[in-house]
Amino acid sequence: MATATIANSTQSTSPMIAMEHVEKWYGAYKALSDINLTVRTGEKIVLCGPSGSGKSTLIRCINHLEAYSKGRILVGGVQLGESAKTIDAVRREVGMVFQQFNLFPHLTILQNCTLSPMRTRGLSKIQAEATARRLLERVRILEQADKYPAQLSGGQQQRVAIARALCMEPKVMLFDEPTSALDPEMVKEVLDTMISLADDGMTMIVVTHEMGFARQVADRVIFMAEGSIVEEGPPAEFFTNPKHDRTKKFLGEILRGH
Amino acid sequence: MDYKFDFGPVWDGMPGLLMGCLGTLYLALAGMVLATIIGIGGVILRDSRFPPFRWLIKSFVELIRNTPFLVQCYFIFFALPLLGEQLGVLMFDFGLTDKAGNVLRLSPTATAVIALGVNGGAYAIEIIRGGVQAVSKGQIEAGLALGLHRAQVFRLIVLKPALRAIYPSLTSQFTLLTLTTSVASAIAAYELTSVAEDINGRTFRTFEIYFTVTLMYLAISTLMALLFNAISRRYFSYPVK
Repeated sequence: MATATIANSTQSTSPMIAMEHVEKWYGAYKALSDINLTVRTGEKIVLCGPSGSGKSTLIRCINHLEAYSKGRILVGGVQLGESAKTIDAVRREVGMVFQQFNLFPHLTILQNCTLSPMRTRGLSKIQAEATARRLLERVRILEQADKYPAQLSGGQQQRVAIARALCMEPKVMLFDEPTSALDPEMVKEVLDTMISLADDGMTMIVVTHEMGFARQVADRVIFMAEGSIVEEGPPAEFFTNPKHDRTKKFLGEILRGH
Repeated sequence: MDYKFDFGPVWDGMPGLLMGCLGTLYLALAGMVLATIIGIGGVILRDSRFPPFRWLIKSFVELIRNTPFLVQCYFIFFALPLLGEQLGVLMFDFGLTDKAGNVLRLSPTATAVIALGVNGGAYAIEIIRGGVQAVSKGQIEAGLALGLHRAQVFRLIVLKPALRAIYPSLTSQFTLLTLTTSVASAIAAYELTSVAEDINGRTFRTFEIYFTVTLMYLAISTLMALLFNAISRRYFSYPVK
C-alpha cells in the first residue's frame, strides 16, 4: 500500500523529499540539528561540508539507515518511520551508492544487480536480468557481467553499484561520497556516469567534495557544519559569493587543492 | 616375547570393521549437519535483538564447552531417560498420551548424533559468529538500502562470506568431531572403535586391530578433508582481494 502511495504522489506537485525540523542524537552528541530540506522531483542537490558536519548522517536518515530522533521525514509523501512497512516502501524507492561500493563479493556483477529486484519486487530471473543488462550497458560495464567484484577496478565497481541501485528503479538516488575511495584516474568515469544520470532527470542528493561536479550538475549546493545547514544556494552564487565566513573558509580550503 | 603378529583375526573381522567405518562416517556426517544447523541457528539467536535468546545461547555455549563430551553422552543416554519417565507419567496424567511411556529414551546411535551435533554446534556457534562479525557493516547497509529485510540480508549477503572467512577453523573443528565419534563406543554406538573393541575382546590381537583401526581413521579423516575441499571449491571459490 505504501508503495502505491509513493508512486502516486510523484505525479502531484508535492516534494520528493521533505525533512522538517529533523534532529539526530547519538547519546548526548547532536549529529543533526533542526534540518529543514525540501527536494523537488528531478532536483539535484550537492551536500558539502567538513568531515563530521553531518552530511552523511543526513542522507542516511532519508532511507533510514540511521533512525532520526526528532522531526519528520517524508519521502514521496510517505512519512518515514511510522512503521517498518514505510521503511521498506521508502527503501525500495530510494537508491544509495556508498563510498566503499559495498558490492557483494560472493555474487557476480549480474547477480549483484538482480538479487534485490527478484527478492523484493518479485521479478522473474529473466525480467531482472534483462533490466540488469540494460543498466550495466548504460554504465558501460556489461562485458564484466559474469565477473566477481574483486576482479574489477574501483571505478568499475562503483559504476556497478550505481547500476545495482538503478535496477530497483528508484525515484531518488543518494550518493555518499561516491568518489572519495577511488584512485584519481577513476574519479572521472564515475562522475560521468552520475552526470548522465542527472541529465536523464533523476532526483539526486550527492555528498561530495567534487566541486566541478557541483558546478556542472547541482541545482542547489548545501553547506553543512556541525550538524546544521549553514548556507545553500545555486552553484553560481554559492561558489562566487558565499555569505557565511564558515562557507568561505571551507571553500578556500578545498578549492586551494584544485 | 610370546606375542607374535597375526593379522588373521583382523582379516576375518574385516567386514565388521568396514561396516564400523560406515557407522563412523554416518555419525560424523549426521553430527556435522546437526552442528551446522545449531551453529547457524545459534548465531542468529546469539545476536538477536531479544536478550533472553542471547543469554540462552551464551549459557548453552559455556555449558557445552566447559564439560567433557563423554559426560554429555552419558547424560543424554543414561540421565535423560529417567527424566523422560517422569515426563511420560506426567503427560499420561494430563491425558496427552495413551500410555505412560518414556519420551526421552534414545538409541545409542541417536544419542551419539545428538551429542556430537550439540557439542560441535556449541563450538560452531563461536566460530561462525567470528565470521559474521568479520563481514563489514557496509555489506549489511547495502542490503538494507536495496530494500531487503534483516533476515534476507543475513541469509543472502552475510552468511556465505562469513562461512568462507571461518571455513578452515570450522573444518578443523569438524575433523575433531569426526574423530570424537570414537568416544561414542562408551555407549555402544555402532562405529569403528566399538567394532574394534569387540574383535579385540574375542581375539586379543590388540596390536594388529588398533594398528588397522588407526589406518582406517586416517583414511576417514582424509576422506573428510577431500569432502571439505570439494565443498570449498563448489561454494567458496569466488575471488576476493
